[in-house]
Amino acid sequence: MRDKMPLDTLLASLFPAGHAVTVADGLISGEGPLTDGRLAVIGIDGDTALGLEGACFLAGCVLDVVRAGGGRPILVLIDSDSQRMSRRDELLGLNEYLAHLAKALLLADAQGHPTIGLLYGHSAAGAFIATALATRVLAALPGAHPSVMDLPSVARVTKLPLETLQDMARSTSVFAPGLDNMVQTGAVQATLDPGKPLGPQIAALIADSPAVDTRDALGRERGGRPLAHDIAAQVVREAQVVRGAQDRVMREAPGA
Amino acid sequence: MDWKPVALSAEPRDQSWYEASARARLAGLLDVDTFQEFIGPEQRQMSPHLPLFALPRAFDDGMIVGRGRLDGRDVLVAAQEGRFMGGAFGEIHGAKLVGLLRAALAVKPAAVLILFDTGGVRLQEANAGETAIAEIMRAITQVRAAGIPVVGLIGGRAGCYGGGGLIAGTCAHLVISEGGRLSVSGPEVIETNKGAEEFDSRDRALVWRTMGGKHRRLLGAADAFVADTIGAFREAALAAIPEAPSFDLATLEAEQARLEARLERFGDTRDATEIWGRLGINDPAAVPSLTTEGFDALLDSLPEGSHHAR
Repeated sequence: MRDKMPLDTLLASLFPAGHAVTVADGLISGEGPLTDGRLAVIGIDGDTALGLEGACFLAGCVLDVVRAGGGRPILVLIDSDSQRMSRRDELLGLNEYLAHLAKALLLADAQGHPTIGLLYGHSAAGAFIATALATRVLAALPGAHPSVMDLPSVARVTKLPLETLQDMARSTSVFAPGLDNMVQTGAVQATLDPGKPLGPQIAALIADSPAVDTRDALGRERGGRPLAHDIAAQVVREAQVVRGAQDRVMREAPGA
Repeated sequence: MDWKPVALSAEPRDQSWYEASARARLAGLLDVDTFQEFIGPEQRQMSPHLPLFALPRAFDDGMIVGRGRLDGRDVLVAAQEGRFMGGAFGEIHGAKLVGLLRAALAVKPAAVLILFDTGGVRLQEANAGETAIAEIMRAITQVRAAGIPVVGLIGGRAGCYGGGGLIAGTCAHLVISEGGRLSVSGPEVIETNKGAEEFDSRDRALVWRTMGGKHRRLLGAADAFVADTIGAFREAALAAIPEAPSFDLATLEAEQARLEARLERFGDTRDATEIWGRLGINDPAAVPSLTTEGFDALLDSLPEGSHHAR
């Protein structure tokens, strides 16, 4: 597997003229110049688990950008662990904090601040959903390694031998960890070229970002989620069929 | 000796929500005989992935979606069947809910109701399930932004865990019963990863007071606490529709303030009973044994206002 790109290298490629992005306790925040405007940056570095304080801090940064208006895009840089697993985090309602961060990103995007995720290291489970997966466009750098759960843990839960799972992972993308598999499902829309400056690549992603959620259509094209798009579309169709015979009977013979 | 007939009610709305199947919950929640399913089990849209693991499939993949009426109003509904694969999100299971939410933008129901009963992502199709959860959260915010309340009902056997907990946190209003548990990492997951000193998953009292309905209501993580009957959930769902907050900057700023204040006020606590004490409850140890009526009276006696910002 390729090594992940260090955050310093990434930021230097993204902002060759310098930036005001800082990292504290594994949490990334700040901004820098992008083409003719500014780009807001938030994120998680160093395989850090996302807990109550981190989610609250990052959501606050996003809401500051929305409050300021002006359509400044938001880049979400991710090299995280999963959600922080602790009694205290769950006692205080971690699900609300993670959902709040996701909602802040979704609100920003809906209010004209394009959101772009860039996965440059690890991410998993709740931390992945609350950050990278809550953006309009999610890209990755080679060396990124998203997962829902690692294979040894999947083996424990499914009670299948690890070797069997490793064999299965070679032929099916739907359960196995790794960047290629998340590309196949449509969750990761694009892979960036680390050999070229990142700024123009991010600007191009913003310019080309789809107005609607196309992840299930991508999953069908790429084969990682063969049925999701068609199932969702069928539900939409069935929901628009006017109520049928059952209702007519009830109207004509009330109480029957 | 007096013989008294046992008061076993056949009335669907008197049945236990916790014990009922997803279909029975829907039948009792909605106006009688108004439920119409989309992609019903007769279409046999089953998981294409479970056979790889030699696991049985369900004709509805553990997710039932459709429309019905609630006190005469048109609503869209989704119900998870916790008895199939722990109600976990797989490709079809998730896509049915994604489709329902997209349909809501077209047919503009009075509300979308989600009956949670889930352990989270189905590991056998983890990437598809995880991506579906992200699509669902995005779609919920779009439905809410269009002025349609999305209400979550939590009281099933499987609880509401993992990505299900994040989806619940995206809803405008949550109704929970004592048996409903709402959390991201479940007790077993924390214990497996961090050890039994961090969380002893066999300590059921600890599980209930950390993740259960009473604590979630007291903390402000849920908006309404109800008895474990289908009728009680129906009444609470009806009451929720006019109260649901809109999805905008003001709501999220209020939620930011609410969550920051919670960390400030309770961040140093270790156990739910400490939080309950700080809320002004005289006898925190008695909370788990309170009846629904007793708990309602307790809520009325507390100085806390409504937590309505989510």
